[in-house]
Amino acid sequence: MSAPRLKPGVKLRDDPVRGTILLAPERFLSLDETAYAIVQRIDGRRNADAIAEELAQEFNADPADILADIEDLLNQLSAQGYIAR
Amino acid sequence: MKHPPPLGILAELTHRCPLQCPYCSNPLALTKPVAELSTQDWMHVFDQAAALGVLQLHLSGGEPMARTDIFDLVAHAAKMGLYTNLITSAVTLDADKTRRLRDAGLDHVQISIQGVEAARADRVAGMQSAAVKKRAAMRHVTEAGLALTINAVVHRQNLDEVDALIDLALAEGAERIEIAHVQYYGWGLSNRAALLPTRAQTMETTAKVEAARQKHEGRLVIDYVVPDAYAERPKACMGGWGRQVIVVAPDGRAMPCHAADTILQLDFSNVRTRNLADIWSNDAAFNAYRGTDWMPDPCRSCVRREIDWGGCRCQALALTGDASATDPACALSPHRAALNGVEAESTALPPPFRYRKFGG
Repeated sequence: MSAPRLKPGVKLRDDPVRGTILLAPERFLSLDETAYAIVQRIDGRRNADAIAEELAQEFNADPADILADIEDLLNQLSAQGYIAR
Repeated sequence: MKHPPPLGILAELTHRCPLQCPYCSNPLALTKPVAELSTQDWMHVFDQAAALGVLQLHLSGGEPMARTDIFDLVAHAAKMGLYTNLITSAVTLDADKTRRLRDAGLDHVQISIQGVEAARADRVAGMQSAAVKKRAAMRHVTEAGLALTINAVVHRQNLDEVDALIDLALAEGAERIEIAHVQYYGWGLSNRAALLPTRAQTMETTAKVEAARQKHEGRLVIDYVVPDAYAERPKACMGGWGRQVIVVAPDGRAMPCHAADTILQLDFSNVRTRNLADIWSNDAAFNAYRGTDWMPDPCRSCVRREIDWGGCRCQALALTGDASATDPACALSPHRAALNGVEAESTALPPPFRYRKFGG
């Protein structure tokens, strides 16, 4: 899989009212702590493996478990049109 | 009474427009340019919106590019942290203006189209060569790296193009297309006999849109605004009165919906003289149909009362004469008969358009 990137017009925000969100035309998606940590690393350069490795180190967890979470989230974001891969 | 802040503010910068679409969402009585808010007034509104917790600013009209201060307005809104969306006919949007908007901080552009086949589309728009100019503008937007949404209003005279509309959006690199049936109040209601599709056409369109949505998942977001002339349940108009959006009209009146001034017993506060946060929380017009306390039965006791929020107040007024009546778009409405016979209009020969214009 190639490195995911946010589609044009999609922005990550820490909003004082709504918390961490992914903002897109006419809609937004609330992100929990894990999702926020993943989306922060979506930059068009890092692929899912690279993101999993970083998060495994940061949270001292098994990269395989984290990779599964990342794939689930990326699939969801892609289907909803927030990211391209 | 404390209300969650609105998600968006719809700034109708002007009612001037080079197009004359017969279903325009602007009121029949258009605001003259001399009465429009100034650059400073609008910037002040954007400051207040950001402070109130608004996320998204929709710059609309009329045609927002008719405002020569549009670049300054975008820059100011972006500086305040608002997500900025330009809703435009795009017939005056050249490559240079598009880059200037991007550099000012614009996030997203919505371009309206009236159809795919140019001559037919231009006839609906009431402007020659509009369709060709719009196609060029779409390329300027994507080449500038801006997010593009295509807005297509559909009716009996272009419904056969619904698949072609979706293909156009894909071909032009749009991330999203909004396919919206005409809403029948104001200009749309006065042109209903020329625009309303048959029930069969409507159902067929809905099925096509659903199929296309699955087919293009991940590539194109397809938002669909359903027609409610043939619906069983009403739509949650504006996401509920005073729940998600503030509309500011060109002359500064703040309203829960762009058609709300058809409800003559409501007085609207003006952003020139009253703070936006105060209007949002305390204005009588914003509280008139907010929540569920105002509802008559069958809405009041309905399990869907916090799903559809009672439907559309302007439609209730237009069809029953009473803005607090149950929306006739609901099959449970005692006023359902107001929609009886409406389908007969859709099978008769369509009359000529009454085009949207000042004094029209």
